[in-house]
Amino acid sequence: MKIFRFRGGIHPEGNKDPTACHPIARLPLPKRLYIPLQQHIGEPAAPEVKVGDHVLKGQRLARHQGSVSAPVHAPTSGTVIAIGDHMAPHPSGLPVQTITLEPDGEERWVETEPAVDPFSLTRAEVAARVRDAGIVGLGGAAFPAAVKLDAGNRHPIDTLIINGGECEPYLTCDDRLMREGAGYVVEGVRLIANGLGAKRTVIAIEDNKPEALEAMRVAAAAHPGISVLRVPSRYPMGSEKQLVTTVTGREIPAGKLSAEIGVSVHNVGTALAVCRAVRFGKPLVSRVVTVGGGAIRNPRNVVVPIGTPAADLVEFCGGFTVTPTRVLMGGPMMGQVLPGLEAPVVKGTSGIIALTAAEAHAASERACLHCGRCVDVCPVGLVPLELAARVRAGRIDDAAELGMGDCLSCGCCAYVCPAHLPLAHLFNYAKGEIAARREAQRKAEETRKLAEARRLRLAAEAAAKAARRPARTTEKAETES
Amino acid sequence: MTMILSVAVVAALGLGLGWLLGLASQWLGATTDPVVERLTEALPGSQCGQCGYPGCGQAAIALSKGEAPVTLCPPGGRVVAEKLAEILGTTFDPGNLPDRGPLLARVRTDYCIGCSRCIKSCPTDAILGATKQLHVVLEEACIGCGACAEVCPTGGIDLEGIPVTLRNWRWHKPGVGHA
Ligand code: SF4
Ligand code: SF4
Ligand code: SF4
Ligand code: SF4
Repeated sequence: MKIFRFRGGIHPEGNKDPTACHPIARLPLPKRLYIPLQQHIGEPAAPEVKVGDHVLKGQRLARHQGSVSAPVHAPTSGTVIAIGDHMAPHPSGLPVQTITLEPDGEERWVETEPAVDPFSLTRAEVAARVRDAGIVGLGGAAFPAAVKLDAGNRHPIDTLIINGGECEPYLTCDDRLMREGAGYVVEGVRLIANGLGAKRTVIAIEDNKPEALEAMRVAAAAHPGISVLRVPSRYPMGSEKQLVTTVTGREIPAGKLSAEIGVSVHNVGTALAVCRAVRFGKPLVSRVVTVGGGAIRNPRNVVVPIGTPAADLVEFCGGFTVTPTRVLMGGPMMGQVLPGLEAPVVKGTSGIIALTAAEAHAASERACLHCGRCVDVCPVGLVPLELAARVRAGRIDDAAELGMGDCLSCGCCAYVCPAHLPLAHLFNYAKGEIAARREAQRKAEETRKLAEARRLRLAAEAAAKAARRPARTTEKAETES
Repeated sequence: MTMILSVAVVAALGLGLGWLLGLASQWLGATTDPVVERLTEALPGSQCGQCGYPGCGQAAIALSKGEAPVTLCPPGGRVVAEKLAEILGTTFDPGNLPDRGPLLARVRTDYCIGCSRCIKSCPTDAILGATKQLHVVLEEACIGCGACAEVCPTGGIDLEGIPVTLRNWRWHKPGVGHA
């Protein structure tokens, strides 16, 4: 099968061996679980339990609201002890509405939907089960999976791509999942393909994961519609646009969804969750997390209940050998700084990575050397040094004109920059600023309309008043005559 | 017959006057100076008067004559100031502008006596509520101009910053401030 090359990209140090070699371990039940109501893109879920309620494992705690949303379920049986603010796993460290659950240690399951032959279900039934199970993209984006399945009804999908790239350094949770659960992953893949009506399915795996490639090939061998594709290890292979280009040769135009060009991309972890939900009726209540980085004593992959505080994971993996310079959620390229170890694992958490000073590459910044390396590696063909200069000077509109909005925040430019400019950070800031301006603009237009409506209303009221006055005089004249 | 006639006359009169009023305000608002026009475009258009001018149109004229700084409009904030500077071909240092961020009016439920004065003062019709009932502010429509707070007889309207949440949180600029 032909492979296409996307532009730019880098080959960062993988650092995957310390975790890839160990089988996935199971975390003992934590003392407390903190389950945020917003773990996905879209509207937060609405709680359906109250403090003091006893809940069973898999019971729905909060239902989805609006078209883009996902419910959340109890990761184990226990008692709801609080519903309120808790630190979000988000770099801002802001609180988020969270249900706190005290496990009773019994792991008693709620009555779940009976296991069925999943291929006897209609497409709508598959989508409904995926939605009710609260499945979101487990690769990190956390976009509700059922919404993506549904998009298949609006745009015909010819190709389903399963993302087994895992191009971020340190992360190996998808690698281990494919090695240890290939059969379930493939079944989930077939269900997603059925749900989308995709003609062809490609499972793309980077060539630095030979064991996973082999396991998936064996598991998929019986299904002629599915091919397992070995793709080169190059960051950001796992980014949706780059993966689509690599597999199909097609480019997703800026601002468009992959579904609009007939492609749908799902992560391998999502496929496994779909299999569990559709075949066994089990909602998404746990996930595999890579606990790694040089500061972790015994790095490894762990399957944990959603809502487990990062601190419990670090402790399970032997704690820190040195005080980490930075603790990230997700990989070092696109991951976000964890504000504190009390922040919980959520559906989109692929890793807890604790970096030492040497790994964090904390070097002080110098002036731009105009070396052009950032330009060479940018996968979208932007000119990061120019963008950075404009953003620094506060010329956000100019940066927007140069394509700031197309930036993937992949961090390739910052990675190679010999002057250590905080390019990725500058661009995150600029994109936020662009969004804020768009919002301000929208509000200004809204204000103008409202002010205009008020002016017309006052004018009409004044006119009505003026009209009433002569009316009274006429009436008077009539009665007098 | 006379009755019907008088009703018709009244209706016609009402319509005509309304039209005249509309026209008059068009005339009053109309300017021939393209710069003033562009400046007016850039201003929020709510005629709230916080700049010290009776409305955005007058503010624009003052700006065009160089009588007012580009930072004159509090509800417009930094974004509007930047646009004004661009139109006038001047630069401005955002550091000079105390960017208090957008504000929202909030009616304190225990203070509101339902007098409806705030409704009449609001330039964007952002307040809802019947007489003698609790009034509420529509967050979407409020520009935080503070006109309502000024007229409220019980001091029951506060202007508050919009709280930072996960939804509107943004990255700070590297090297300034902190997360
Ligand atoms: S972070 Fe943005 S500008 Fe930098 S390489 Fe990635 S896409 Fe290009
Ligand atoms: S890589 Fe860094 S130093 Fe080189 S041109 Fe880009 S921003 Fe400047
Ligand atoms: S402060 Fe701004 S919005 Fe209010 S009248 Fe003046 S220019 Fe218009
Ligand atoms: S501050 Fe008060 S008067 Fe001004 S827009 Fe908001 S609600 Fe209306």
